[in-house]
Amino acid sequence: MKLLVKSGRVIDPASKTNRITDILVEDSKIVSIGKPSAISQQPSAIKVIDAKGKIVIPGLIDMHTHLREPGHEEEETIATGTRAAAKGGITTVCCMPNTHPVIDDQTTVEFILLKAKNEGVVNVLPIGAITKGSLGEELSEIGELKKAGIVAISDDGETVMNSLIMRRALEYAKMFDLPVISHCEDKNLSKDGAMNEGYYSTILGLHGIPKEAEEAMVARDIILAELTSGHLHIAHISTAGSVELIRQAKKRGIRVTCETAPQYFTLTEEKVSQFDTNTKVNPPLRTKEDVEAIKKGLTDGTIDCIATDHAPHTEEEKNKEYDLAPFGIIGLETLLSLVVTELVNKKIISLMEAIAKVTINPAQVLKLNSGQLKPGSPADITIVDLNKKWKVENFVSKSKNSPFLGWQVTGKVVNTIVNGKIVYSE
Amino acid sequence: MEFKKKKVLMTAKEIGKTLNTLAQEIAKKENLEKVALIGIRCRGVPLAERLAKELEKLGAKNLSLGILDITLYRDDLSLVASQPIVKETKLPFGIDEKVIILIDDVLFTGRTIRSALDALIDFGRPQGIKLAVLIDRGNRELPIQADYIGKKISTSLKEMVKVELKEVDSKDEVSLWEK
Amino acid sequence: MPLKSKDLLGLEYLTKEEIEHILDTASPFKDLFTRSVKKVPTLRGKTVVLLFYEASTRTRTSFELAAKRLSADVINITVSASSVVKGEGLIDTGKTLEAMKSDFVIIRHGMSGAPNVLARNITASVINAGDGLHEHPTQGLLDIFTIREKKKRIRGNHLKGLKVVIVGDILHSRVAKSNIWGLTKLGAEVCVVGPATLIPQGIEKIGVKIYYRLEDALPGADVINILRVQLERQQQSYFFPSLHEYTLLYGITKERLAAAKEDVLVMHPGPLNRGIEISSEVADGPSSVIQEQVTNGIAIRMAVLYLLGGGG
Repeated sequence: MKLLVKSGRVIDPASKTNRITDILVEDSKIVSIGKPSAISQQPSAIKVIDAKGKIVIPGLIDMHTHLREPGHEEEETIATGTRAAAKGGITTVCCMPNTHPVIDDQTTVEFILLKAKNEGVVNVLPIGAITKGSLGEELSEIGELKKAGIVAISDDGETVMNSLIMRRALEYAKMFDLPVISHCEDKNLSKDGAMNEGYYSTILGLHGIPKEAEEAMVARDIILAELTSGHLHIAHISTAGSVELIRQAKKRGIRVTCETAPQYFTLTEEKVSQFDTNTKVNPPLRTKEDVEAIKKGLTDGTIDCIATDHAPHTEEEKNKEYDLAPFGIIGLETLLSLVVTELVNKKIISLMEAIAKVTINPAQVLKLNSGQLKPGSPADITIVDLNKKWKVENFVSKSKNSPFLGWQVTGKVVNTIVNGKIVYSE
Repeated sequence: MEFKKKKVLMTAKEIGKTLNTLAQEIAKKENLEKVALIGIRCRGVPLAERLAKELEKLGAKNLSLGILDITLYRDDLSLVASQPIVKETKLPFGIDEKVIILIDDVLFTGRTIRSALDALIDFGRPQGIKLAVLIDRGNRELPIQADYIGKKISTSLKEMVKVELKEVDSKDEVSLWEK
Repeated sequence: MPLKSKDLLGLEYLTKEEIEHILDTASPFKDLFTRSVKKVPTLRGKTVVLLFYEASTRTRTSFELAAKRLSADVINITVSASSVVKGEGLIDTGKTLEAMKSDFVIIRHGMSGAPNVLARNITASVINAGDGLHEHPTQGLLDIFTIREKKKRIRGNHLKGLKVVIVGDILHSRVAKSNIWGLTKLGAEVCVVGPATLIPQGIEKIGVKIYYRLEDALPGADVINILRVQLERQQQSYFFPSLHEYTLLYGITKERLAAAKEDVLVMHPGPLNRGIEISSEVADGPSSVIQEQVTNGIAIRMAVLYLLGGGG
């Protein structure tokens, strides 16, 4: 089976390609980029996608997704979550281990991979738990998890509060070349919190989560990364202080990478004012100054990746008292459009850099061979109409908890190709 | 649709004369030692004060004078877009065993008086309640009538009777308006 | 002038004019209390539901009396704290009450914003009787009503030049929040004083001055509003070392009161912890208007019910 993506503007950050050309795919691999004459010999055996006027980019990699399966299939399943990803142009999702049971053993990893193979439409790469049950007490069997197929370890949702265990995790994961993805939140400082601490938490009467709850742990983990030379990746950074800590750490040559999520460069704490629980995320929406700092971190390269932190919750869970509603919003279907609308079109970062932060950069953090367009690479390709305006609605995800519902955005995914198969067409 | 002034029903002079006549009728029929005058907000209040003066001229002494705000007793809360603001009721005397003369400017549907009766009865048990009005314009919706009437006219529902009194408005005049 | 919203969720959401209108309307209601028949038929046939997720005696009784004095039918529903999590959800409860044709739902809830959530899910008027750390608008209104009455500040004169000092646990106090919104909108000078651990972040942005020492805050005070030490919150979170130390630093005694103006008003939303945040001598002394607050509370709540019910 051959597939020809014809006449699109191919943008590949890894090779710095930016030109109008063709991509030929055979089976699950990219065969060639360019040379249309050689391909045209047997047109009947080739399916052609006309990408004229569109951009053709590596399939997106979302390194921070909650697929909820196993355990919370009412919120999302591997089947629905991967379809939502496909609609968003995402060809690989890395699923966080806070499922039920937690991804802390080989069986759960195998279950997810099997489910993904049978029911999923995009690549699913599990992330294993740092500690058993993500309880922060003893290390999981990281070696066995690696063999089963995990690409990183994280206790996301929880923080490894015990500094000694965090140190051991960074040291131990080094042996398997696994990044340790840290959810930085000092749980004592953030206790009972529902939103950013400050003027708005005061007037709304909601318990605050200070920025320092995040920053204190970012600082600690950087220090531990320096101590251990382990690869630290900091998840969903949201504050100016975190950006600055990481900027300085990188200058000092410490092995630290990080990601942010669209909500942290688009929304501020003020959005909480109506007690709309689709503004309840962890880390919480911060101030205007933080949003500016996040953008600056994206511009100067301090922030390597943009991930969704896609966290589906049902209407029943979310439509209640703010304190009772769970943290989290969905993001797979809006990631690319928000990056284009809020970062590229507003000239915060170039299109090339923007694509890098959702493709090759996460691939490098996770040591994947995808995230780029070159002969021999997996044929994970996304075709985007950069000029198309659309209204955010009709989610494919099983849950609809998005603060972006109704937004007018620019840039729409037209086709998503995973391993040479078209998994989404507009 | 706006109301247009059709004619003057009473001039300032006629109002004065009417009140004098009303006072005489009251003095003739009532035991002035038992009488208490209670004006219904808003224009019943100055009318009550003026009537009291007239009655004092006729020999009444230490007349009890009160103010009744019937807003809380209305039956049209949430039916009417703009409600009058609730104001004080002032009854600086016990109403038990008194003969109350309720005073209002215009008697129309009777609903205000119905409310006023309810309100009054919450204050005690008067020996009797009478009603005095400056104008009776007909069109009653309840079986209520006045004991003392300044002037009786027949009107249509399209018309409006406007009473202006110096204490509240800029002049004394009663006029008829039509849509 | 009817109120703009169908609900009363907080003083933050009201304009200065709306606040003054409620205060003005409360006066004639207060006059009713001097009569032998204290009841008027204004809300006859209307149904008022008191939906209380937190224990409360005074606020519930006050609302109940207010509704009954307006001739409404009153239903009490008390939901235990445990069933907030396990039992029927707030919105479902609200919808049930709506199906029963309730006209008003007066809600007290331990979680901030619960009345807001309820209000946007039902058509009945929702009145916030205290939500979490957020607001307690009728308490704020009755406090301001009491100040206005005692200090002879009427409409038009506002509260300019009046110094109100709120003492204690500002962080956990919805009463403080509603007072601050209302008082600052009406032009009073508002100061808060308490342990630094109980002064919430960013409160100065509403327009209040922050003090940590009573001696700095009290001079020139026209009103001192003393908040209750929320003993139940003190247990876990290390806000101050001990009640003994709190009383030592922030307890209002007769000696301390001398620093304020001679005609200072002492207020307290109740229930009092005598001998902790307020000495009995002060609570029962000549400056105290604590009992009046209770009386005025009924008038304010009648005014709110009347105005939300369609009254002008």
